[in-house]
Amino acid sequence: MDAILFLTFAAIAVACAINLVLQTHPISSALSLVGVMTSLAVLYLLLGGSFIAAVQVIVYAGAIMVLFIFVIMLLNTQGERTQPKKNVLPIAIALPLLFSLIGVLAAIVATQVPAGEIVKFGTFSGGDPLTFGRAMFTRYLLPFEVTSVLILIAIVGAVVLAKKEI
Amino acid sequence: MPPIPTVVPMSWYLILSAILFTLGAAGFLLRRNIITVFMCIELMLNAVNLTFVAFSHQLKQVDGHIFTFFVMVVAAAEAAVGLAIILTVFKNRQTLEIDEVSSMKL
Repeated sequence: MDAILFLTFAAIAVACAINLVLQTHPISSALSLVGVMTSLAVLYLLLGGSFIAAVQVIVYAGAIMVLFIFVIMLLNTQGERTQPKKNVLPIAIALPLLFSLIGVLAAIVATQVPAGEIVKFGTFSGGDPLTFGRAMFTRYLLPFEVTSVLILIAIVGAVVLAKKEI
Repeated sequence: MPPIPTVVPMSWYLILSAILFTLGAAGFLLRRNIITVFMCIELMLNAVNLTFVAFSHQLKQVDGHIFTFFVMVVAAAEAAVGLAIILTVFKNRQTLEIDEVSSMKL
């Protein structure tokens, strides 16, 4: 059952990610990204992170993607112009490098992770809101307070950038 | 066809994360629209988050989830400021093509 759920949602995530890269219109890409984030939330649930799965759906798929779609609709641009590619050299270099990147990552995973490590649903329940909140407000209290300053700076920066004539 | 195992090896999650990260990097390098490039960055952040949560499960500790939470906070702040910058760029230049916004190029 674990494997079936994992394979289903991993396939959805990869398919949506490929669609994100290939679509020409930003709205299609944004909706694909929502699909990736939602299927990742299901994988977080399988890994025992109930709180982080909820936050993934609410903050990422909810708030951040709404912001993206709002800006895309506000600017109302057409899809990318399909101008004839002036030079194929960057793509010819980039694609083999990307394939070698994924090959290196897979090799590291294959050699470093012990083969006996398995993920079984229900063996770890430390991601519930109680444990999460206790760790967040004791051991990680200072980083938590620092993020509030970061958010404040981001709010001020966004207002200044979007309002003033630069 | 080999039978599907009933439990998932840890490495499958990490391989999935590597695939998503590579797709995000590919989009970042190959796409020409600023907003799509920005979404590819979000995809890479999500791939890293999956690794954090997977290792958190392996070590049976909640710390990875807290790191994921902080990554989400930074991504939210980045999205707010980045989209404001994109709005300003569009207001001044009427384009979203990254090839036409190159005044910082040497």
